Amino acid sequence: MKVAVIVFPGSNCDRDMYHVLTDVFDLDAQYFWHEKGLPKNIDAVILPGGFSYGDRLRAGVIAAHSPIIKDVQKMSEKGIPVLGVCNGFQILVESGLLPGVLLKNESLNFMCEWTDLVVENNKTPFTNQFKKNEKIPIPIANGEGRYFADDDTLKHLKKNNQIVFRYGNSVNGSSNQIAGVCNEDGNVVGMMPHPERAVESEINPKDSKPSSLIFESLLTEMGVGN
Amino acid sequence: MSLDEQELSELKSKIGREPTSTELNIVAAEWSEHCSYKSSKRHLKMLPMTGPLIINEKGYDSGVLDVGDGYVVTAHIESHNHPSAVEPYGGAATGVGGVIRDILSAGTRPIALFDGLRFGDVEKDLQARWLFKNAVTGVADYGNCLGIPTIGGEVEFDECYENYALVDVAALGFGKKENLIKNHAKKGDLVVLMGGSTGRDGIGGSQFASDSLESENRSAVQIPDPFIEKLIIEAVLEARNGNLIHAMKDLGGGGLSCAVSETADALEIGIEMDVNKVHARESDMVPEEIMVSESQERMLIITSPAKLKKLEKICKKFSIACSVIGHVKFDSHMHVKKGKKTVAHLPTGVVANATLLDLPSREPEYLKTIETEKKFRPISNCSKTLMKLVASPNIASKIWVYQQYDHEVGIRTVVKPGSDASVLRLDNGKYLSAKIDGNPKQCYINPREGAIGCFEEACRNVVCTGARPIGMLDHLQFGNPNDPEIFWTFLESLKGLTDFAKFFEIPCVGGKVSLFNETPVGPIKPTPVIGVLGLIEKKLHRPQKTSKGDYLIIVGDTKDEMGGSEFFEYVHKFVGGKCPVVDFEDSKKHMDSVLNLIDGDLVKSVHDCSKGGLAVAASELCMTNQIGCDISLDKVPNKNLADDRILFSESHSRYILTVEKKNLKASENFLKENHVSFKRIGKFGGENIQFSNKGKSVIDLRVDKAKKAWLNSLRELIIDGKIRT
Repeated sequence: MKVAVIVFPGSNCDRDMYHVLTDVFDLDAQYFWHEKGLPKNIDAVILPGGFSYGDRLRAGVIAAHSPIIKDVQKMSEKGIPVLGVCNGFQILVESGLLPGVLLKNESLNFMCEWTDLVVENNKTPFTNQFKKNEKIPIPIANGEGRYFADDDTLKHLKKNNQIVFRYGNSVNGSSNQIAGVCNEDGNVVGMMPHPERAVESEINPKDSKPSSLIFESLLTEMGVGN
Repeated sequence: MSLDEQELSELKSKIGREPTSTELNIVAAEWSEHCSYKSSKRHLKMLPMTGPLIINEKGYDSGVLDVGDGYVVTAHIESHNHPSAVEPYGGAATGVGGVIRDILSAGTRPIALFDGLRFGDVEKDLQARWLFKNAVTGVADYGNCLGIPTIGGEVEFDECYENYALVDVAALGFGKKENLIKNHAKKGDLVVLMGGSTGRDGIGGSQFASDSLESENRSAVQIPDPFIEKLIIEAVLEARNGNLIHAMKDLGGGGLSCAVSETADALEIGIEMDVNKVHARESDMVPEEIMVSESQERMLIITSPAKLKKLEKICKKFSIACSVIGHVKFDSHMHVKKGKKTVAHLPTGVVANATLLDLPSREPEYLKTIETEKKFRPISNCSKTLMKLVASPNIASKIWVYQQYDHEVGIRTVVKPGSDASVLRLDNGKYLSAKIDGNPKQCYINPREGAIGCFEEACRNVVCTGARPIGMLDHLQFGNPNDPEIFWTFLESLKGLTDFAKFFEIPCVGGKVSLFNETPVGPIKPTPVIGVLGLIEKKLHRPQKTSKGDYLIIVGDTKDEMGGSEFFEYVHKFVGGKCPVVDFEDSKKHMDSVLNLIDGDLVKSVHDCSKGGLAVAASELCMTNQIGCDISLDKVPNKNLADDRILFSESHSRYILTVEKKNLKASENFLKENHVSFKRIGKFGGENIQFSNKGKSVIDLRVDKAKKAWLNSLRELIIDGKIRT
C-alpha cells in the first residue's frame, strides 16, 4: 500500500511524517509536490504540518487552492483515508473538506507544549485501534490552533460523531475543546496536535504507545495491521 | 558612516586613483568593523581553532565538526544587537535568518537554534519589556516558520542594557560529510544571486552596526521573510544533492559588496558582475544601493553554465528568483558594471582585507576597587529571599519564552528546553548536546574570570546531559573598542577563554565579535556569550524523575564568591564583590567524574549549580520533580560561610547529583577515589524545600508555592506588568 505525503511550499513536518511512516511503521510513503497530480494507486493521503505559504493571508488558505487539492478531494470522495496534521488540518478546513475554522490561540501566542487528547470517535481510519475516551499524550505546536464552529455546526458535528479528538483541558480556547474532527463519512480527519512527534519513545517524555495507535489504525484500515 | 580620512587615503594609495562613489560604498561596507573585524582580528588568532574533529574548508561561514560515521555538525553564532534595539521583531527575526544561511552555506541542513536575549531591567523599564516581548516573537515567527526548532537559550536582564538589546542567535546544522560544499570556482563559471529581491532595506546595516547607536536608523534594519528563507533552504539542499553548487555564500552584513569580494578573495578569483542583472525590488536603485543593500534571504552561488539550467529549474519549482549577475575571472578583481559602464573595479585583496588595527588598551580604573565588598548583615529570612529569587526575572523559568518556540519540529529533540542543556539525536545513533551561556554581571567585575565562568558554565550544562564538550562558539560583545579601557576588557575576556579552551582542548569552531554596543547611559557590560557543543557517543542517559528517599550530593566547594551573584545584585542591589574563579584542575576533575558517574548509570540526574546558587539549583530540582527536599547546610563543603552565602554563592565547578540509595556507596566511593570534593547534603521527600544548619531551620518553603511563582512570574510581568515581591 502507498501513502502520499503532500508537500506545499513552506511545509516543514513533511520529512518528520515521512520518517515515521517509512522507518517506524514500514509503510511505502512518497512525497507529492503540490503542483503534481496524485496517481490512482494511492491508498492514503497525509497533509503534514508547517507554514504553507508562510501562513500568509490566513493559515492554510493559499495551499487550499493548490492543484493537488482537487485530487485529494476526489480521493476523499472515494473513501480513501486522508489525515491533515496541524497546517494540514488548516488546509483541509480551508479547502472545505472539513467543517469549521482555526483561529489564533486564545493566548495570541504560538504554543509548543505537551497536552492530553481524549479520543471521542474511534470509528475513523486513524482511530479504530483506540478505546473511546482513551488518552493520548501528544505535543501541539501552532499559533492558529483554536478550533471554532458556530452552534449549528457544532450540533451537527456531535450528532454525526464528527468530533474525533478533544483536549483533556482547555488549552487554547477551542469550541468544546475540539482538537480534531472528521468529515461526515469519517475518512477525512484533521487534528492540530502532532502524532508524528509522539510515536518514538526516544523523543516522547510520556508514553509513545497511544500516538502509535493513530498509525496502527491506518495499518488496520488497510488490512496490513496486526 | 563611511571611511574615515586615514582609510580614504589608504584606499587611494592602494588603488592609485580617486575611488568612485560605488567603490567608496563597497569599501566602507567591507572595511566596517562588522565585516572586517579590524579591531579584533589580530587578537582572535590566539584562540585554538584546530582539533581532530574540525574540518576546515575555504570560505566557510560556519564551523564544521566531524561527528563520525560520515556525518558532520556545523555551528555558528551571530548577533543582531543594533537592529534589535531599534526594531526588535525584525532585528531578532533577521538575526535568525542570517545565522541559518551561514549553516546552509556549508551545504548542511539547519537543525536547531539557540537564542540569547538581553535587555534592561524589565521590572522598571517598560521599553525593555517591549523589546523583550517583540524580540521573542521575532525569533518565534522566523524559526517556527522555517521548521527549525529553537531548543535552548537564555534570557537576562541588567540595567546596563537600558534602551538597548542583545539578541544572539546560534544555529546548528547536520549533514553528510560528502555533501559539504567544497568551495571552488572554474574558469567560465557563473555567479548567481538566488532568493529575495534586493531592496532599500538594510542599506548601510553593517556600518550602522559598527557605530554607537545614536539615532534610530530604521531603514538600516532588514525586513524578515521566513517563507522565502524556507524555500531557499529547500532549493539549496536540492541543488546540493544534484551537485550543482561549486561555491556558495550567504548575503549578510555588507550585502553583495562583502559576499562578492570575500568569495573572490577566499577562492583567489576575480568576479565581474552587472548590477542591472540583480533582481531588485525597486527600479530606480543606484549601483551603490544595490551593492550595499542588506535585504535578507539571498544566497550567492557559483555554478557552471552546464549546471545553470538545472539550478534554474529548482528555483522555478520553489518560485524563487535566481539571476545570473556575473561570471568568474582570474584577475583577482571585483569588477562591478552597470550595463556597459564600469562603476567599480577593485582588487579583491584590497576590499576584503581591511588594515587591521592595533588598538591601545588600559585596565579600567573601576576594576581596582570593584571586588572590595560592602559589609552586609546576613539575611534573617532566607525563605523570603529564596522566594524572591525564584520569582526574579533572571531566575524565573523561561517557559513563557520557549513555549512560543517550536522546539519539537524535526523530531530530534530528546532532552527539551528547560533542562541544563538540550539534546538532539543524530542519524548515526549519537547525540548532540548544546548550550549557550553568558554572565555580564561577573564579566563586569572581572572580565577574565567572568568569561572563563561563562565557558565553564556552558561546559557544565552540557556535561549534565552526559556529553563531552567537543567544540565552542564565542560571541564577544563589548562597547566602543576605541576606548582603551573597554578594549582591555575585551582582551582580558579573550585571553581567559583562550586559556580555558587550550587547557580543556575544546577548539573554537566559530565566533563573532560585536563592538560598539553603547546605550544612552554608556557601554554595555562585557558580554561574552559562549556556546558549547557536546557529543554523547554511546548510550543516552535520560535524566530520571526524582523520588522520595533519593539523596542529594553536591560536587565542588562553595566559596565566598558573591560578586555578580543574583543575591548581591537583585537582593542587595550591590554591584561588586569577589568574582567566582574557576580552578582549571578542579573543573576538569569534576567534569570527568560526573561524566563517569552518568556513564556508569550511578546517578538519576545531574543539575548544574549556577545562578542563585545551591538554594536555587536544589529548588529547581524540587519544582520540576514536584517533591520536597531536606538539606543540611553544615554538610556543604565550604570554609565557615554564613548561611546566606552557602545558599546563594555562585561558585563554579559545582554539580548537584541525585542518587538512589542503592547507588549511593558506589558513587561516593568513585568520587572519593578520584579526590573530588563532595558531600552528601540531604534527601528528597515531603512537600517543602527545606534547608537547615545543625538542625536549625534556615529555609522552609512549600514546593507548590515556589513552583507557581517560578513558572508564572515572567509571563505575569511581561503580559500583566505584575511584579511579585
